[in-house]
Amino acid sequence: MDISTKSTQAPPPIPQPKVTEQKRAARGATRPGDRIFLGLSRGSGILLLAVMAAIAAFLAYRASLAISKDEGNFLTTFEWNTGAVPPVFGIAVLAFGTIVSSIIAMVIAVPIAVAIALFLTHYAPRRLRGPIAYVIDLLAAVPSIVYGLWGAMILVPYLTGLFGWLDAYLGWTGIFSWEGGAPRSMLTVGILLAIMILPIITNVSREVFRQVPQMHEEAALALGATRWEVIRMAVLPFGRSGVISASMLGLGRALGETMAVATVLSPDFLIHGSLLDPGGGTFAQNIASKFSEATEFGRDALIASGLVLFVITLLVNGAARAIIARRKEYSGANA
Amino acid sequence: MSTAIADKRPSTLRGARLPKWAPWAIAAGSIALGLGISAAAGLHSDIQWALIAALLHILGTYVIAARVENRRQAKDRVVTALVWVAFLLAVVPLASLVWSTVQRGVKVLDGYFLTHSMGVVPDSQPGGGIYHAILGTLEQVGLATLIAAPIGVLTAIYLVEYGRGNLARAVTFFVDVMTGIPSIVAGLFILSLMLMFDMQPFGFAGSLALAILMMPVVVRSTEEMLKLVPNELREASLALGVPKWRTILKVVLPTSMGGITTGIMLSIARITGETAPVLLLVFGSKFINANPFEGAQASLPLYIYQQYGSGETPAYDRAWAASLTLIAFVMILNLVARGIARWKAPKTGR
Amino acid sequence: MAKRIDVSGLTAYYGSHKAIEDISMTVEPRSVTAFIGPSGCGKSTFLRTLNRMHEVTPGGRVEGKVMLDDEDLYGAGIDPVSVRREVGMVFQRPNPFPTMSIFDNVAAGLRLNGNYKKSELQDVVEKSLKGANLWNEVKDRLNKPGSGLSGGQQQRLCIARAIAVEPNVLLMDEPCSALDPISTLAIEDLIGELKERFTIVIVTHNMQQAARVSDRTAFFNLAAVGQPGKLIEIDDTERIFSNPSVQATEDYISGRFG
Repeated sequence: MDISTKSTQAPPPIPQPKVTEQKRAARGATRPGDRIFLGLSRGSGILLLAVMAAIAAFLAYRASLAISKDEGNFLTTFEWNTGAVPPVFGIAVLAFGTIVSSIIAMVIAVPIAVAIALFLTHYAPRRLRGPIAYVIDLLAAVPSIVYGLWGAMILVPYLTGLFGWLDAYLGWTGIFSWEGGAPRSMLTVGILLAIMILPIITNVSREVFRQVPQMHEEAALALGATRWEVIRMAVLPFGRSGVISASMLGLGRALGETMAVATVLSPDFLIHGSLLDPGGGTFAQNIASKFSEATEFGRDALIASGLVLFVITLLVNGAARAIIARRKEYSGANA
Repeated sequence: MSTAIADKRPSTLRGARLPKWAPWAIAAGSIALGLGISAAAGLHSDIQWALIAALLHILGTYVIAARVENRRQAKDRVVTALVWVAFLLAVVPLASLVWSTVQRGVKVLDGYFLTHSMGVVPDSQPGGGIYHAILGTLEQVGLATLIAAPIGVLTAIYLVEYGRGNLARAVTFFVDVMTGIPSIVAGLFILSLMLMFDMQPFGFAGSLALAILMMPVVVRSTEEMLKLVPNELREASLALGVPKWRTILKVVLPTSMGGITTGIMLSIARITGETAPVLLLVFGSKFINANPFEGAQASLPLYIYQQYGSGETPAYDRAWAASLTLIAFVMILNLVARGIARWKAPKTGR
Repeated sequence: MAKRIDVSGLTAYYGSHKAIEDISMTVEPRSVTAFIGPSGCGKSTFLRTLNRMHEVTPGGRVEGKVMLDDEDLYGAGIDPVSVRREVGMVFQRPNPFPTMSIFDNVAAGLRLNGNYKKSELQDVVEKSLKGANLWNEVKDRLNKPGSGLSGGQQQRLCIARAIAVEPNVLLMDEPCSALDPISTLAIEDLIGELKERFTIVIVTHNMQQAARVSDRTAFFNLAAVGQPGKLIEIDDTERIFSNPSVQATEDYISGRFG
């Protein structure tokens, strides 16, 4: 990594005295070729920063145009009526739907993904591990629109039975009651998102579990641990931060997923107490479905909702990084 | 020495063990029971009997193992059962996804489908094809790659070869942030620019959004690859009096070329399937539009969405066929990229 | 507590590769037996067959008998998990669980086997750490991670962890090869004390160490690379180092090869 400090020990044939090269490289090299190359690569980095800044600035500007004319409360209104005079719209339903569907997806996907990752590192027949992992890796690359099409055409009809069942046995809880509409509800969205993010979380978790040093597992084995106890003592504690970051990666995907939600949900602008009744919406889905008939003002309003989504994903990523950083301090010493 | 604690442990190495076939027998029993219960209760969904069977399997494993063996073994066996069930549970939808795409996709996928546009074919009629969509996708993705790949690779070079100080730290941080941008937000950003300048949808706008999504991925993967290049190589070259920029171009980049190519190809595969930004910025079209800088264009993922959205049976068939084409394209890119990675791997000394 | 190990006709494989062939020996209780021999001669593999750790390696497979007093470790109905509980092991590199505190590391084995009261655990942890000559160094920071200790302390922590479950036999796989001379000396002293209570088998590359700590020494060798390792001879340490009965042993000990 640290090239120029090491190159201080290089033999003299290089024209300049080496000690100063580090400073020069930082300021800009003296040789024209070096200067151009450094300029180009640093310029790319700066361009990247500029793009990020521009994204934030432009979204905020267009959003402010819309929000300033909003007659409702942007955060709490249960309505999206940008064509009305005066316009009334709010993100309450979208925020609720986005968070609920992502939570459902995480609740389903994370345990299963961790289990599959363990399956691939510790349980599956040795000869099958590589091929299965390869296939799951490939599945992570399947475009979300294909998941959406599959979800709408294949998954939704299948869920009727499951929904009836949940309604019959868990309907009394309220959140699993079902009035019998098409199973295109928040739970459907959550299930489809779970299936979508499963390969991603599985792959990253598997990589983490594979990196558990053999010697920690042997230490547990030599104490007379069963396979599960080895996993509990040596594998899971070691892989925890990796699994968390994998989950956050999946969560980021779930929060921002557009097409898969837009194809399976029948949206409306209400918060439903039951996860089984169709309705609700998510930020991304709402943008995709409202976009084509929106006026310029309507688009600004959608941009405003997109800005909120952007902020939420930033917070999630930040939280993930903070968790990982804290974990590292504890176990990093000889990890 | 022999305290009370020492006496608690088993005096023998022998423990009652379930025979090797026991898990299979429990599984078979649970499936039979699950089917029986479903039939008795009049449940028809395959998901339901499978879930009942899975639950019975886990419970049965615990009860039997706890009786015959001991609590620790029972726990171990339950986890084994859980892990298998989780795997099978996940295989079903993923296999179904692949299977139904292939099975339904081949229905209308043929040479005609690949070489004709929708033109004036109404959604409710069979016929038409995806030529215009393939063309649009290739152009949009190609332009996005032309923008994102050089910027991404150069940024990675900056971070690995020159990067120190606040600027490098800021770039690293924001590349991380950028990786997490939802694709629809990238689309909205370009949309806000287009609203400023009062522009109509066109292909290149989609490319710009795709490039934003692609850049951080390229930076990350290139960074990883550059870090793998041993420092000795750089030092050897610098010690010969080769300037740093030539060292990077002639020594560092060629050494890591395989890995960088793989990373770029994987990121191309990823953006090819992105629908949301294309929906906002390129809008879709039924006609062939070879000019990405003017007028609405079609795109393969968007085509799938729009065909699905029309709600007509022939359109569903086209959506599946287009999905199959898209998956095939993405998979081929993935396989080739991994092939390159594997083929190049020994040379980079990994 | 200590038990006698009686090995007869033991052969171990990695897949189709035969790592050690037809080994028979007896290890006396309350003694230290050292395994010496050139690299790759299978002494570590043999050690790992004594607590059924060999079969954990992919493709690992064992033929033959290992009697622990009157029970064959490889007999039908034997639970490898219980075997490892009775035959403890200390590894080449210190491997305390990185996410556990010092206390939890020592208590890890006990916690697997049933419910102990906090006070019972504390007693055992203290006793084991004292037994590993580590108590005085760590008694004030039992709740700190074990990974914060020095290499030698970590290795003694691993020994404490192994003896906390009161095994019958303690296997040590080159326990000092990753340590500095002072830590090595501390471990060697410890081995001398532990043999009062346990049957100890130690693999070592260091012949002086074998001479210093062991009562009996076994010499392993292999005919050529790729050939299985074999037991050349086992005898009282004094005899092996002064007057071995096989020429190869003498050559190895006098530094003529290996």
